[in-house]
Amino acid sequence: MPGISRKVATALAVTASTALLATACTGQSSSGTQDDASKDTTITFWHAWSAPNEVAGVKALIAGFEKAHPNIHVNVVGNMTDDKMNQALRAGGSKAPDVISSFTTNGVGKFCSSGALVDLNPLFKKAGIDPATTFPKAMSQYTQYDGNRCAVPLLGDAYGLYYNKTAFKKAGITSPPKTWSEFEADAKKLTVPQGDTYKQLGFMPNYHGWETTTEHYMGQFGPTYFDASGKSTIAGDRAVADAFTLQKKLVDDLGGFKKLEKFRSGLGDEWGPKHPFQTGQVAMQLDGEWRLGMALDAKPDFEIGVAPLPVPDDKADQYGKGYITGTIAGIAATSNKQNAAWELVKYITTDTDAVVGFSNAIHNVPSTLAALKSPKLRYDPRFKTFLDIAADPNSTTSPASINGGVYLTTIQQLGYDYESGKVTDLKAGLKKAAAQIDTDIAQAK
Amino acid sequence: MAATYTLRAKHRRSRLRTLAFLSPWLIGFTVFFAYPMISTVYFSFMHYDGFKPPTWSGTKNWKYVFESYPFFWPALRNTLWLVVIMVTLRVLFGLGIGMLITKIKTGTGVFRTLFYLPYLAPPVAATMAFAFLLNPGTGPVNSMLEKIGIPAPGWFNDPDWSKPALTLMFLWGIGDLMVIFMAALLDVPKEQYEAAQLDGASAWQRFRFVTLPNISPIIMFAVVTGVISAMQCYTQPLVAGKVASGVIQGAGTMFEPGYPEHSTLTLPQLVYNLGFQRFDYGSACVVALVLFALSMAFTALLMRRRGGLIQAGD
Repeated sequence: MPGISRKVATALAVTASTALLATACTGQSSSGTQDDASKDTTITFWHAWSAPNEVAGVKALIAGFEKAHPNIHVNVVGNMTDDKMNQALRAGGSKAPDVISSFTTNGVGKFCSSGALVDLNPLFKKAGIDPATTFPKAMSQYTQYDGNRCAVPLLGDAYGLYYNKTAFKKAGITSPPKTWSEFEADAKKLTVPQGDTYKQLGFMPNYHGWETTTEHYMGQFGPTYFDASGKSTIAGDRAVADAFTLQKKLVDDLGGFKKLEKFRSGLGDEWGPKHPFQTGQVAMQLDGEWRLGMALDAKPDFEIGVAPLPVPDDKADQYGKGYITGTIAGIAATSNKQNAAWELVKYITTDTDAVVGFSNAIHNVPSTLAALKSPKLRYDPRFKTFLDIAADPNSTTSPASINGGVYLTTIQQLGYDYESGKVTDLKAGLKKAAAQIDTDIAQAK
Repeated sequence: MAATYTLRAKHRRSRLRTLAFLSPWLIGFTVFFAYPMISTVYFSFMHYDGFKPPTWSGTKNWKYVFESYPFFWPALRNTLWLVVIMVTLRVLFGLGIGMLITKIKTGTGVFRTLFYLPYLAPPVAATMAFAFLLNPGTGPVNSMLEKIGIPAPGWFNDPDWSKPALTLMFLWGIGDLMVIFMAALLDVPKEQYEAAQLDGASAWQRFRFVTLPNISPIIMFAVVTGVISAMQCYTQPLVAGKVASGVIQGAGTMFEPGYPEHSTLTLPQLVYNLGFQRFDYGSACVVALVLFALSMAFTALLMRRRGGLIQAGD
């Protein structure tokens, strides 16, 4: 290299590389801000809702907040995906959100352990609010990880059973099933074959049948998922094996995996008007509380019934419980307006009237114990089933994990392999899945 | 002495001028290639979740990806399948269509347009359309096959048929290759065909000894660019898997790419999944480096082998 000596060139290259690496985007975790929430300020709120009634509900919620806090203005950005939120929380900057609301609880462990969202425990303490007595147990559980409460429930989702009352009458079934064995018998009675497919299927048990995910089934069996040291317990947990066995039996009894998959692939999509429950193609459906409004909007030619999901025969006394999840809210660690942001989070998640108003607007389950009992709640009488499931102390959720919902994906993957017959030895499959979960968690630490 | 000094100054000015002209490329190379490349190698040895500062983890990420991450090997196999099968079929099909259209006497413009149009369809829209057409339960393709007594495949819902279904979709969007091959075919000197014909060469011999040597650089171009784009295949398998699985992200639900049974999982999907969904940037960097090394290896292999395809002076 004439002109510049080789040594100088090497030194330059090394310096440039080091400088580039040193300035690499390494993220940051703010230790809190000293902003004055009583002064005039504007904060940014990102949420995921997009349907017109939902957007109107958010607008009304924020209007209520701005009325109560005239000095804090909220710049609302809707229809945000989790991926975009993740990137914005990492990158920060003037356009990044101060407050986020995500549709899934699966990211909570990741948000808390990484420090992407601030720990709200000190703020709750300062405000004199006890989360344990404010939120239902399951919701309180899924918004924290390892003692760090970096998220708050903002309305919830409770899973129950929708059934076609007209089809029930036709099949001579007088009431919704309360145990899984009753459910199995009803699903068979309600199945009407047509050639090599179905005129009406009693229940779509396949794990790709939208909300029929492993964790939703397992919620009824009460699994623990992890032991005190954080190791996966699924290999030895009877609840998990029972849930898998039941689902596989349903798959086999109702026609077999291939036949069911072919039927499923021809059904309308989950969020469209041709949802198979709404069209009468499937007589029973495991789903969240939002389905009621959607099904009623589709004006089906049958009567819709709603009930809690069945429970195992030996746990009949727990009938009424369900799987609980929901939307969460949190404050970005990169925000420099965390005090003002806390005012917004506190209002939208703990003010009973605000929570009730938002629940009325978007037909989700209220996320505080006070709001669940509020006389201001307006709902179809059938919606009460979901309110009861949410308030049921036996209702369960899936715990937060350091790598988010990766363990649920691993369990779900085993579910796909087991239902399709790719895995035949369930015990060995569960053992392998548990080992994988532990490895994935070790990798994330 | 003065003359030597003037000469040196002249050389220096010349070097500076060269550097000035090269600087846009040098800046681009540093910012968009060298820096990301060095960073990727650096982060592949770090534990980094994108929030906390990275910490040294040695070869942990490499071990995890190769030994414990269950999706790596299926994704690698799928990517290689696409590279070998799909690229071969695309080149053969593109060349075939190109040859057919150059032979057509009337309506060439119409056929060119018809074959080129699908290439313009946005990848997501094209995939959604194919997922609809190939739906095993309600798709028109299977209805037709069933009517004529052919067993209808599960297409995107069957792990054995999902990659052939993807290939079929990529063959449908062959317009880009067809245009390139047509230009190359029309460029073959007519005199060579006339001479071959006078020597009594058959149609196959004319193709083998006249057409093929003339268009070999274009075949090489099509293969190399095809291999690179197959390596980067992301959108179409992701959308196809997502639509066919019926899982739409909502409260409490999630979607891991690869439906059904990892059969549509590709390496770029893993980079996204590990980096931006699991926040495991270190492992994502390992997969990205594997992808880069594979692309380089395939390209180098093809370029070394080009002697058989590209003649001297091409």
